[in-house]
Amino acid sequence: MDASMLGMWTFLITEVLFFGGMFAAYAVYRNMYPGAFASTSKFMDVILGGTNTAVLICSSLTMVLAVRAAQLSKRRDVMLFTVLTMIFGTAFLVIKAFEYHSKWVEHLIPGFDFQYDEPRYQHNAQILFFLYFCMTGMHAVHMIVGLGLLTYLLVQAKRNVFSANYFAPVEMIGLYWHFVDVVWIFLFPLLYLIGHRR
Amino acid sequence: MATIAHGTHGTPEIAAEEVNYLNVEHGWKSWLLTTDHKRIAFLYLISITAMFFVGGAMAVLFRINLLEPEGIFSAETYNRLFSMHGIVMVFFFLVPSIPATLANFLIPIMVGAKDLAFPRVNLLSWYLYIFGAMFTLYAVIRGGVDTGWTFYAPYSSTYSNSYVLSAAMGVFIAGFSSILTGLNFIVTVHKMRAPGMTWGRLPLFVWANYATGLIQVLGTPVLAITILLLAFERVAHVGIFDPNIGGDPILFQHLFWFYSHPAVYIMILPGMGVISEIVACFSRKRVFGYNFVAFSSMGIAVLSFVVWGHHMFVTGEAMYTSVAFSFLSFMVAVPSAIKVFNWTATMYKGSVSFDTPMLYCFGFIGLFTIGGLTGLFLAALATDVATHGTYFIVAHFHYVMVGGMVMAFLGGLHFWWPKITGRLYPEAWAKFAALIIFIGFNLTFFPQFILGYLGMPRRYHAYPPEFQALNVLSTAGASILGIGYLIPMIYFAWSLKAGPKAGPNPWGATGLEWEIQSPPTTFNFDETPTVTKEAYDYGPLEEIVG
Amino acid sequence: MSTHHVPIPKVGTLVAVWAALIVLTGLTSAVSYLELGEWNIVVALLIALTKASLVAWVFMAVRHSTTLTRLFCVAGLAWLSILILLTYSDYHTRDWTYQAKPWSTNKAAGESR
Repeated sequence: MDASMLGMWTFLITEVLFFGGMFAAYAVYRNMYPGAFASTSKFMDVILGGTNTAVLICSSLTMVLAVRAAQLSKRRDVMLFTVLTMIFGTAFLVIKAFEYHSKWVEHLIPGFDFQYDEPRYQHNAQILFFLYFCMTGMHAVHMIVGLGLLTYLLVQAKRNVFSANYFAPVEMIGLYWHFVDVVWIFLFPLLYLIGHRR
Repeated sequence: MATIAHGTHGTPEIAAEEVNYLNVEHGWKSWLLTTDHKRIAFLYLISITAMFFVGGAMAVLFRINLLEPEGIFSAETYNRLFSMHGIVMVFFFLVPSIPATLANFLIPIMVGAKDLAFPRVNLLSWYLYIFGAMFTLYAVIRGGVDTGWTFYAPYSSTYSNSYVLSAAMGVFIAGFSSILTGLNFIVTVHKMRAPGMTWGRLPLFVWANYATGLIQVLGTPVLAITILLLAFERVAHVGIFDPNIGGDPILFQHLFWFYSHPAVYIMILPGMGVISEIVACFSRKRVFGYNFVAFSSMGIAVLSFVVWGHHMFVTGEAMYTSVAFSFLSFMVAVPSAIKVFNWTATMYKGSVSFDTPMLYCFGFIGLFTIGGLTGLFLAALATDVATHGTYFIVAHFHYVMVGGMVMAFLGGLHFWWPKITGRLYPEAWAKFAALIIFIGFNLTFFPQFILGYLGMPRRYHAYPPEFQALNVLSTAGASILGIGYLIPMIYFAWSLKAGPKAGPNPWGATGLEWEIQSPPTTFNFDETPTVTKEAYDYGPLEEIVG
Repeated sequence: MSTHHVPIPKVGTLVAVWAALIVLTGLTSAVSYLELGEWNIVVALLIALTKASLVAWVFMAVRHSTTLTRLFCVAGLAWLSILILLTYSDYHTRDWTYQAKPWSTNKAAGESR
């Protein structure tokens, strides 16, 4: 494994710890306020969240197919799969934006006129929503950066830079993209599936 | 090869100046857009020195305040002074110090490579450092931050009226600088070693900085997210550390110290690496127990991550957790002690000379030992309850950080100055400065152990009158220390222009860096070396004597 | 230039992993509607771990990677565990009380408080 791959793996470790801080906060508060956390699930759109999970899984498939195409020196396929990954990624962000908008309309953004219909959980539920926006927000930022990296990949692929002898950038960006997917794999059950919806 | 020429009046003759990394190109672009690790190290050296003086200026001011029991400045001002001192010194001086300067310069050469694994990332890390420094300096200029360098919530998130956001953002950005440096070192040591340079032949300086890189990569991201959460809370006026919604301020402390404790090992490990190099050279003997020292570096890196709770014994952490952290904190002292024993054993029956780097080395070993041992007092729950929040802590960490790390930094700077600049510094002045620094340091900080033991709290602008004598001693020491730090600044600067030229190996030391010219060329080696010798291959003593 | 030989994955394998991930996503959503009490979170995390492992093992090619890569993966997860578990242990043990026993039960000796 050459230096650039080791560099990317090292970088991904820093990302694990970066998100890890928020997961630690989540673990602590979910155990402190199980009722409040469970009560928030009825405001989470499981359909949209589940769809987004599926969208990201599809994008991971197209991403690994892009890496495979680069290994096989198939320029056209590299470009195709990169574009497909970008489409899935953008779809994710659009759905996310829609979700954020509905949270705004329902007054569920802490610090911006937060209103909760269950008075006994009014305070503690804000913690979950704060974490929701921080965690999904940071995730979305990483997705946007990922889209930027994929754009770079597309441009390079168009110039026929990648082949069986040189596909490290595709591999590296693939690793990054899969990592962002893995983060979401944990975010989905932890933020959307806590309590039971009636 | 290097040509050393001395004119009859003590000035170097203008011999045919060989090409080196300093004179190969001129102009600001060749410096600001360089990817040469040696030039980047030089850029860092200038930057961190500047920040050292900013932090030092704060110290001068608040030590003046502490001359009077009622204080001289207001409490507000005093709070801002010590907070900014801590932030600047920790994040903008100590954390980058040896890694970004000496290690940046030396690691590629020591492993036999032309540069680090990612030269452009190296330059990026310097720009991130500068960018972060601007944010923090903005906070300084606008009046500073009064939360302490520890930014504890909810004061920093909710109640403080100072420039928390810009100071915190500066630290956040500088954190990425640190992460990238660590990443670069890790990949370089894994992937760029020359043929024959096995892990077991690496200089211990490389082991130390590799371990430091591991800590930087694993710990700093948690600081990043903590600062971000703090910033969000400050902006949104609500957040997860806010007791009003059920948040726990102690969670902030957990997340903060998860990084900040390993950070202190980021600050000391590279210094220990320097000491290994110096003690071997000036004892003319290989380091005793090479494997133990190397594995101790790794042991410190790992153990440093499981002791952070010892900063929170009295702030509300659960008792059983505190017991666990206390036990682990005793454990983490072991690898450091192993190193001290091995350095001492290295000197035993060695041919010890007292050049300036070795003087700093002695200073380090003695002062770090004191600082480290007092850390054990603090790791014990009962004594920590009495000493937490007092000057005992302040003295403890200054003994390890300043008596330890800064001494090691100065020692390393003197040791490798001929290699970095191709010039020799004036030995007599250097020895004098080392002595002044040692005296000034002890006069500043030893009284603080006593003050802490007697109960004087830290971070207070005023104190009971019976503590005045010790405080005055401490301030007097600080002024001596300040003068001591100025002297090397002056003669180092002087040496750049008028110091005698250095050959490739003025100390007769072992290591790849001493086999190339001083200063090195841009790509370090004419051809990739093949390593056949062990590290510290100092010959039998009979050859050296005479 | 890649010096480590990365075998080219079969499309069939990749699609199979994709299908498994989709199925597991459906499963975790469905299970969340069941009343399992404390086991809900355990099941959810186990499913998430399985999904993440599939992505890492196949999509991120950990199955073909060097020992060093695997060591780095393990290290990242280990450090994450240290952060979460040790922090959580504080909260978990906060209400564990400790009853100090008196020095001596021999009150006649007049030593205890």
